Amino acid sequence: MPDAPGLELLAQDLRDVHADAVVGTEFFRGKGAIQIAPAAIDEVLAFLRGRGFAHLMSVHGVDYYPEEPRLGVQYEMLDREALDRLTVKLRVPLDAPSVPSVTPKWPTANHQEREVYDMFGVVFDGHPDLRRILMPEDYEGHPQRRDFPIGGEPVLFTVAEAAGKDYTMGADNKPKRAETES
Amino acid sequence: MEIIKREKTGKEGDFRIRQLQARDMLRGDLEGDDLEQYVRDRVITTTLDRAANWARGNSLFPATFGLACCAIEMMSVVGARLDIARFGFEAFRASPRQADLLILSGRISIKMAPIVRRIYDQMLDPKYAIAMGACSSSMGVFNNYAIVPADKFMPVDVHVPGCPPRPEALMYGILKLRSMVHADPSLGWRERYDAERTVEVLPAEGEELLRRETAVNALIPEDTAGA
Amino acid sequence: MSTTDVTPYRSGEERIDVTQRVQTLPAPPDQELLTLNMGPHHPATHGVLRLLVTLEAEVVRDLKPLIGYVHTGIEKTAEDKSYWKAIPVVERMDYLAYYFNAMAFCGATETLLDVEVPRRAQYLRVIHMELNRIMSHLVWLGTSMLDLGAVTVWWYCFRERETILDLFEQSSGQRMHTRYFQVGGVMEDIPAGFEGNLRKFLKKMPDAIDQYLDLLNRNEIALRRLRDTCPLDEQTLLDLGVTGPLLRASGNPWDLRKAMPYSSYEDFEFKIPVGTRGDNYDRFAVRMQEMKESVKIIEQAIDGLPEGPFITEDRKVALPPRHELATSMEALLHHFKLVTEGFRVPPGEVYYPIEGPRGEYGMFIRSDGSSKPARVHMRDPSFVNLQATEPMVRDAYIADLITTLAMMDPVLGGVDR
Repeated sequence: MPDAPGLELLAQDLRDVHADAVVGTEFFRGKGAIQIAPAAIDEVLAFLRGRGFAHLMSVHGVDYYPEEPRLGVQYEMLDREALDRLTVKLRVPLDAPSVPSVTPKWPTANHQEREVYDMFGVVFDGHPDLRRILMPEDYEGHPQRRDFPIGGEPVLFTVAEAAGKDYTMGADNKPKRAETES
Repeated sequence: MEIIKREKTGKEGDFRIRQLQARDMLRGDLEGDDLEQYVRDRVITTTLDRAANWARGNSLFPATFGLACCAIEMMSVVGARLDIARFGFEAFRASPRQADLLILSGRISIKMAPIVRRIYDQMLDPKYAIAMGACSSSMGVFNNYAIVPADKFMPVDVHVPGCPPRPEALMYGILKLRSMVHADPSLGWRERYDAERTVEVLPAEGEELLRRETAVNALIPEDTAGA
Repeated sequence: MSTTDVTPYRSGEERIDVTQRVQTLPAPPDQELLTLNMGPHHPATHGVLRLLVTLEAEVVRDLKPLIGYVHTGIEKTAEDKSYWKAIPVVERMDYLAYYFNAMAFCGATETLLDVEVPRRAQYLRVIHMELNRIMSHLVWLGTSMLDLGAVTVWWYCFRERETILDLFEQSSGQRMHTRYFQVGGVMEDIPAGFEGNLRKFLKKMPDAIDQYLDLLNRNEIALRRLRDTCPLDEQTLLDLGVTGPLLRASGNPWDLRKAMPYSSYEDFEFKIPVGTRGDNYDRFAVRMQEMKESVKIIEQAIDGLPEGPFITEDRKVALPPRHELATSMEALLHHFKLVTEGFRVPPGEVYYPIEGPRGEYGMFIRSDGSSKPARVHMRDPSFVNLQATEPMVRDAYIADLITTLAMMDPVLGGVDR
């Protein structure tokens, strides 16, 4: 991992090349992370590729609710020669959730960006085939946002079953559940 | 599961006598009363129904339908330690048309549920379903937006609890189903599908009804297009 | 590999001419393309994978994998549970590598907590992880050979697998999804008799692997189906983010156990098997050799198992031993707090990668300071490796597609999570 001074030097070099790309840096538990502006992700990854971080291992999304900007996308970079890892983080607000897609230059991001889109609603401009990957095609909502309800069935206790309340369907295609919920 | 113990009739020397009788039988030497007694000792009389039920129960063809972790334990049941072949169930059929047991081994996501239902519909009567594991019986470990318990969209005959259930537990569930089948292979389909007091539809008026109301893959008489 | 006496016919098997298969069909301009749907219920796909295959006669021209048929929302469920309770949930992601899922989660949590795992626990973790690796490769071998038609191999593999599951049952009480790994160490020390059984298994395992190789390595049908089918070069694999035995089969020796060791893997001496041509045979051979190397690692681990605690002594993270509850008030309080609320983790984000049987399992945890994780994400290798299917099988026969899928070893629980 680039140590804390190394991380600062890297961030400084990045600022020299792309002026407003870097928003901040953090060094936590021995690993460095660079926070960048969303529009600059392509240039930043190209710069890092030039510095040896030639492998993108993971693209994943985070929901920082209730902090703003709410949606975050993180890119894990790996340098196999120097055995280094680096995280590139960016944040987008909910009303303008668009990030340039890195799939043309980094083919590994194809399915992973689709998953971030499916689960969080971040739109990746320039992605060749942005559609839902894990949920059904016509699903509404983005499940892994923090304000999406977790869903699920109410637990069926045998006491309730004896009273006639259960969730199996009756012949009229309506649930057999009694009117009052326990 | 009941184990009926049958008492040993006869005394010590009986085995030797039976051995000699069998030898005589094979040589063609047994005649008259001896022959009659021989045959009466060895024939079980039963009704055709019970014989057919016994055969049905001992030759269920499970469908290869592994969804998730429970599928691995289902594979263990087929393995050599808990040999499912000793009960006659080793012929796992890939096509649902040829299978009569659907073992729902694993969690059923909302994307998969219509497909499971379609496969269940494609199976021919009499068909059985075992919900293996906690995820398919109830929601299991994951009570969330993404999965659905099997009872919501298809009738299930036996639920096997566990996460994943041990192969022995699955075996117990399958044997329970087998004894249910021995008793009555239809397993009350009329109650299950709410078809009590239904009448047979005569061909004249029935065709129209069939065409309108049936599932996509039912056979309509005289309609052989696409067969 | 055992070398029994070989008849002259069989010794010439290696020189079977396969060039006739390597020529691709010329594409006449008006050839009709047929799009076929394979799955999600199909005897040959490993789990519920749906493939839209565009065929020209019998040659695959395009392939689209459609996934999500076993999506369980595990990541969202884990946000609802405290860290201790989330371990069994996270274990069920890649259901053949459950110790690796748990290791990634526990490792990430331990990094966030900045808690140290005692050496004995690290060695025990290594033993169980390598046993799990062998078990996962055995299931892979059995089901792959089932797809290819060599049905007998399946029973041999499951015989060994039952022995491994007996070992898991002895150490933790469960065969699968054992929740043996806890944050800070392992749940319990290994019982008496575990070591004896483990050594018996280790003595038997290399011979068992030789048995499988006997069945397959000189088998003409297996060789024809595996040799030179669907090779893919290293650079495409690296661009697609493929890791694990698939990458090693094409010649790149990247293995996190050697490159960035974790959990005292640096104490063990083992080799990384690497292929030469990147075809299906190399993927097969790499995994077989990996099983043998895992046996070596377990031997070294059990020989050098250090004494000490099996879980961290930090009472704010791990439950105190039960005999202390009768005498110490603080132990009682810690126990109460840990069981009801769980330990609080300082805020931060961490990504913890480990090397599992299919590649890099990277667990990302974001903690907001409470006792429940705020975001859990697993970078699953099968999810990323699946993108490499299309380049591999383009312009190959559909039978080679089945072989390649088998050799890729996707586990759909990890793909869909």
